[in-house]
Amino acid sequence: MTEASEATRPARVEARGWGWRHAGRKRSALDGIDLRIAPGERVLLLGPSGSGKSTLLHALAGVHGGAEEGEETGTLLIDGEWPGAVRGRASLVLQDPDSQVILARVGDDVAFGCENLGVPRNEIWPRVRAALEQVGLDLPLDHPTSSLSGGQKQRLALAGALAMRPGLLLLDEPTANLDPEGVAEVRLAVARTLDRTGATFVVVEHRVDVWIDLVTRIVVLGRNGRLIADGDPRQVIDTQRDALLAAGVWVPGSPPTVSAAQPVAAASVADLEAVELAIGRRSDAVVREGLELSLPHAASTVLTGPNGAGKSTLALTMGGLLPPLAGRVRAAPDLAAGLRTDPIRWRSRELLTRIGTVFQEPEHQFVASTVQRELEVAPRALGLDAATTKRRTDEMLERLGLALLAEANPFTLSGGEQRRLTVACALVAQPRVIILDEPTFGQDRLTWIELVTLLRGLVDDGVTLLSVSHDPAYLAALGDQHLDLSREALLAKAAA
Amino acid sequence: MNPAARLRLVDRVNPVSRLAAAMLLTTPLLLTVDWVSAAVALVVQLLLFAIAGVTPGMLVARTWPILIAAPIAGLSMLLYGRPEGTEYWSFWLARVTDGSIELAVAVTVRVLAIGLPAVLLFMNVDPTELADGLAQIARLPSRFVLGALAGARLVGLFIEDWRAMALSRRARGIGDRGAVRRFATMAFALLVLAIRRGSKLATAMEARGFGSDHPRTWARESRVGWPDAALLCLAVGIAALAIWAAVWAGTFHPVWS
Repeated sequence: MTEASEATRPARVEARGWGWRHAGRKRSALDGIDLRIAPGERVLLLGPSGSGKSTLLHALAGVHGGAEEGEETGTLLIDGEWPGAVRGRASLVLQDPDSQVILARVGDDVAFGCENLGVPRNEIWPRVRAALEQVGLDLPLDHPTSSLSGGQKQRLALAGALAMRPGLLLLDEPTANLDPEGVAEVRLAVARTLDRTGATFVVVEHRVDVWIDLVTRIVVLGRNGRLIADGDPRQVIDTQRDALLAAGVWVPGSPPTVSAAQPVAAASVADLEAVELAIGRRSDAVVREGLELSLPHAASTVLTGPNGAGKSTLALTMGGLLPPLAGRVRAAPDLAAGLRTDPIRWRSRELLTRIGTVFQEPEHQFVASTVQRELEVAPRALGLDAATTKRRTDEMLERLGLALLAEANPFTLSGGEQRRLTVACALVAQPRVIILDEPTFGQDRLTWIELVTLLRGLVDDGVTLLSVSHDPAYLAALGDQHLDLSREALLAKAAA
Repeated sequence: MNPAARLRLVDRVNPVSRLAAAMLLTTPLLLTVDWVSAAVALVVQLLLFAIAGVTPGMLVARTWPILIAAPIAGLSMLLYGRPEGTEYWSFWLARVTDGSIELAVAVTVRVLAIGLPAVLLFMNVDPTELADGLAQIARLPSRFVLGALAGARLVGLFIEDWRAMALSRRARGIGDRGAVRRFATMAFALLVLAIRRGSKLATAMEARGFGSDHPRTWARESRVGWPDAALLCLAVGIAALAIWAAVWAGTFHPVWS
C-alpha cells in the first residue's frame, strides 16, 4: 500500500467573482473574490472578525447548505469542480474543540471520515493509526474522547481530517480556543502533516506568528468582504503592515499599542478578599482549597494557570456566583454598600451594580432576541428610566462597535462580536468590580486593543478588575497584580 | 457502576440481538396478568443469569430501581386492585381482598420478570456497538443511527450548559424573581443552544463527508453468530414455557379479557 504522501494529490482552488450572503443579512459576507491557489500552496487567510474568512473556508469544504442558508454569486471551484461534488477532496477542522468530537472512542472518531468516503475496512485502520501518529496523539484506539484536553481534541479533529487523505486541508481558527501549550501542539502537528502529505493548505487565524513560518502565501480580506492584499508572507507583512494592522490582524513585530500594567502599591485597599477559600463546582468535588487572595481596589488582577487548575471556578466563586466550599469571600464595606460581606448571599439584582461577571462561553449568557434588548436587560432589572437606559445602551453600542448590529440576534454574531456584547452587557450596569473569563479568546488585534483600552480606562475610573486569561499580551497590559494558580503562592500563607 | 463486570455468553451477543431477545422475551409476558407465567419466567431468567455470571450483589447494584418499583406497583394493586373474595382490610377507597392480593403478587413478579432481563441484557452495551448493529444488522438508515449516536454524546455538554446558564442569569440581574419563568427561559435557551451545538456538530460531521450520497463503509464490523441464535431461542423458549405453564395451571388471564 502506498504512503499518505504519495496517495494524496494536492488540490487546486479557484474563485471567480465569488460572493456569499447569509440568509437574513443585508450585507454580503464576501463579495467579488478572485483567488487562485495552486496545488501544494500554503495560504494564511487573514482579516478582521466578520470579514467572511470562515464563510470562504466552509464553502471550500462544501459544508454550506443550499439556498435556504444563503445566496451564492460567482464561482468557487476545487480541481475545476463544485466543492459539494468532490466531498473528501477538502477537509475542514473547526474552531470549537468540543463540537468536533463525533464518537466516543479516539479510533472510531478518526475512522468516521474514512467510513463516510467509503474507504474499505481493511484500509481504514492503517489510515487511522497513521493519522494519529502524524498528529502526535499517542493514545490507545479505545481511549475515551471525552477525557481529552482542548489541544488534544483539536489534534484528534486534525487526525480525522487527515485520515480522509484530503488534497486540501482547511483550518478555521484551529487554535483560537486553546491555551499556549495547545497552540504549540496543534502547530507542530500541522507542520509535520504538511511536510509529509504536501496537501494544499488554507488556514484562517488572527495571529500571524503561529503560522508565518509554515505558509508560503498570505491573503488578506478587508472589512468590506473583498481582498486587500495577497502575496509572499514576509512581503505582505512588510508592505501591508499598516493595512493589516487596520484590519485587526496580529502582525509580528507590532505588539499592541496599549500601556503596560501598573504594579499595585503594597498598601492598596482590597475590594474582595478570599480567606481560607475552598472552591469547586459541586460540593463533593473540591478543586482547590486554602486559597488566600485579594483584589486591590481600582486595579486589574490577572489570574493564570494551567487547564484544570480551577481558574474559572475561582473567578465564579469570587464573583458571588458559586458558593465557597470552605472559607469565605469577603467584600469590603464600600463594595457591599450596606449588604452583608459575602457576595454569594446578595440578591441577583444587588450583584449587578457590585460585581459584573462575563462568562467564558458567550452563548450561555444571552437572554434576549436582539443585541439592543440584550443590553437593556440589566438597566431594566435595576429599574432605570427610559432616558438613562437609552443613554447607557447607546454608549455601549458605540464604544464596543456593535451599533450596526443593534437589531441582530445575539446568537448570529461572530465569536468576537459575541464576546464584546457580553462585556457590554456587564458594563452597562456600571458595577464596581468586573470579572472576566478569557475575554480575549479569538479577538482580532483591533478589538483586542479596544477591549484592553476600555478595561484600562475602567480601572483608571476606579473599577476593580479580575480576569482569567491565557494571553501573555493581556497579562502584560492588565496584570497590575498577577495571580498564578499553578504556584503554591496562593495557598494559605502564614500571617505576614 | 463497575465497568469490569462481564457476563459469560451474553457479552458475545450482538447488542441488536440482545434488543430483539428482550422484546421476544417480554412481549408475551405483557399479554397476560397472572402470577404463574411471570414466576416461571422469573425463576428461569434468574437461573440463566446466574449461570452467565450475575452475582446477587451485581443484581442489586444494576437493577435497584426495578427492585424498588416492583413492590410499589404491587402495593398499589394490593390497595386499589379489583376487589374479589374475602375482604381483609379497608380504608376509604383502599380495599385489600383475595383478588387484590393475587393481583399484587402477579404485578410485582411481572415487573421483575420484564424489567430485570431488559436491564441485565443491556448491562454492558456500548452505544457505538449498538449503533453499528442497528445500521449493519437491522439495516436502519445510517444517517439516522449515526446522527442519534453523535447527538447523544452532547447530553453531557447540555448538563454543563444548564449549570452555566443558571449562574449567568444570576450574574445578569435576573436571578431573583420568578423561578418558574426563569426555568422556562432557560429551557428555551438550552433548546436554542442545543440546536446550535447540534448544527455545529452537523457541520463537523459534514466536513468529514457525512451525509453524502456516496455509499458508506463500516470500520467496525457488526457480526451475529451462534451465541445470538442461542439467546434468541432461549428468549422464545422462556416466553413459551411461561405461557404454557399459565395455561396448564389455569391461571392464564389475558389483559384484554
